[in-house]
Amino acid sequence: MSPLLDVADLRVEFTTEDGVVHAVDGLSLSVEQGRILGVVGESGSGKSVTGLTVMGLTRGRNAAISGSVKFDGRELLGAGDAELRGIRGNDIAMIFQDPLSSLHPYFTVGKQLVEAHRIHHHGVSKAASRDRAAEMLDLVGIPDPRKRLDNYPHEFSGGMRQRAMIAMALINDPRLLIADEPTTALDVTVQAQILELIQRLQSELGMAVIMVTHDLGVVAELADDVVVMYAGRVVERGTKETIFDAPEHPYTWGLLTSIPRLTTPRGEELVPIAGRPPSLINRPSGCHFHPRCPYCLPRHTREDPRLEPVAGDTGHQVACLLPEDTRREIWRRVKGGVPPEQAREELLSGQEEAR
Amino acid sequence: MSDNLMEVRDLVKHFPISQGVVFQRQVGAVHAVDGVSLDVRRGETLGLVGETGCGKSTTARLMTRLLDPTSGTIAFDGQDVTRAKGHDLKVLRRSVQMIFQDPYSSLNPRKTVGSVIAEPFAIHGMLEGKGERKQRVQELMDRVGLNPEHYNRYPHEFSGGQRQRIGVARAIALEPKMIVADEPVSALDVSIQAQILNLLRELQRDMGLTLVFIAHDLSVVRHMCDRVAVMYLGNVVELADSDALYERPSHPYTGALLSAVPVADVHLAKTKKRQILQGDVPSPSNPPSACRFHTRCPKFVAGHCDVETPQLTEKGPGDLAACHYPLTRSELAGDAIPTAAPPPP
Repeated sequence: MSPLLDVADLRVEFTTEDGVVHAVDGLSLSVEQGRILGVVGESGSGKSVTGLTVMGLTRGRNAAISGSVKFDGRELLGAGDAELRGIRGNDIAMIFQDPLSSLHPYFTVGKQLVEAHRIHHHGVSKAASRDRAAEMLDLVGIPDPRKRLDNYPHEFSGGMRQRAMIAMALINDPRLLIADEPTTALDVTVQAQILELIQRLQSELGMAVIMVTHDLGVVAELADDVVVMYAGRVVERGTKETIFDAPEHPYTWGLLTSIPRLTTPRGEELVPIAGRPPSLINRPSGCHFHPRCPYCLPRHTREDPRLEPVAGDTGHQVACLLPEDTRREIWRRVKGGVPPEQAREELLSGQEEAR
Repeated sequence: MSDNLMEVRDLVKHFPISQGVVFQRQVGAVHAVDGVSLDVRRGETLGLVGETGCGKSTTARLMTRLLDPTSGTIAFDGQDVTRAKGHDLKVLRRSVQMIFQDPYSSLNPRKTVGSVIAEPFAIHGMLEGKGERKQRVQELMDRVGLNPEHYNRYPHEFSGGQRQRIGVARAIALEPKMIVADEPVSALDVSIQAQILNLLRELQRDMGLTLVFIAHDLSVVRHMCDRVAVMYLGNVVELADSDALYERPSHPYTGALLSAVPVADVHLAKTKKRQILQGDVPSPSNPPSACRFHTRCPKFVAGHCDVETPQLTEKGPGDLAACHYPLTRSELAGDAIPTAAPPPP
């Protein structure tokens, strides 16, 4: 079965006054029907731009986009505006981080839902669309949906607005939902409600979901597969279990060791990633992660790693120049509490020194 | 000398809601903080957690006297500072410093980093000699992990994590006894977050600081704090030692909060049962009667919880909670709440 969404070698560059921003750089990913793909990374890793580009929302005079985005076999990058409008909001829907700025403050929630429905269903009566809108609000758990249709967004709480956004996104039974940090602006109890809602709807409606987030906890709870992004590239990809149990990339390790958890003993030292994410205008040479990588060797500053399958697991791919067995040994030690500097000393000291 | 560095009693802060343009009249009040009592012990890290609108930031601003309380008292180091003015207030300001959430808006963009960090000295008339002051500022910058040569740079030349370091340097400049950190890491990326958390812990260890740490991220609070106060709609609903709170929460709200946190552990995520609270936090301008959590509480008993206000009482060793029907052991064992790992020996 071919994947529902197949992105290959996607490049998105924006020309700005300061130079060319390489927001997405040769990204490939695919999502199958009925799966949830988690896309993790820090700010500026290109995860949001990827989502927007799939939706055709980054097109503009100063954007250069190349590669291929195939949805159900149809190429979206070259598609005309009219064709894209038929897909956007219909087959592929998106929900955004900030539900207040994504709903129009001047129109009632009902009007916005009805508009989203009628734009893709010509000839459907307003009354029928309104019924559908009320049904959707009910589906996402908003009590008294008929009455709520006449409310304005400001009359909704943050959690309800996010529910309304989800209702709007799902009103046309999309086959792919792109959720861009859908719970980041919400409180933890409301976040739990929304995550459960997305999970329930996903399994009921059988759609595919791309979940863009910086929160590894959200990924651990929701996703089937995970893509880790850094500086516009995929550095590691695998099933959720692989990424959490047997991560291979030093950046993934850094993410996993820098978050405090409820399950580790209290007071354990966190192991942060040194430095900060690179500028996407002047990217580091070689492996883009090398200035922050504790295991960087001189050739890593020149050579560009490619995303390659890990031996023994075709679904697991990683872009790292370290030899596989060295990587595994490093992670085994770091996971056991050995500081990265010491692990480097023990395993890489024989190799040429330069950082 | 008492064990408590700060004692807060029945602290109330109401913000008036007024109507009318010329003749304004008060039509209501936002009950931001409504009867908070807690002690901050010397040298500890006290966490304040809760969702938006629970009053944790207002409590922080009251503790640092950036806001004046409507009623209640605050004592610092044995002195009543609730209404301190002039000289007394200046002394308090020196001993209690604050770190703010947003590293972008809490630094003056028109001042160099050096003068931002030196400002506490200028205000308090310390280190008058120019060379002396510069040297001290550079020491501070080095202490928090900034390059001292960047003394003359402006805030916009720094990243979010570095700006937060500037905020930390400013806060420790006067060697305060207590620092109130209001969501110091929530605006930062995860990898940077850990850098700042480690820095704060290190400074606390080295300087013997007392830290009040406010956050909404329960994992971060557990990592940082010795004791935790959980707030809901202007009240403290549970106040407990970190280990007690995370292992056996007593208040149903604490239990729900803990179960709602997404855990970055695939195996636990599969087995964990999430307890989903219904609805949203009610408005603080019209809070529910008696126990404010009763509108969302899974253990709500009509005629009791909405009539009689529960007081903070001891529910277990090192655990105070304000609840008529605290969570029982069997409810906790029902896996509704992810139990934390035992503390290191």
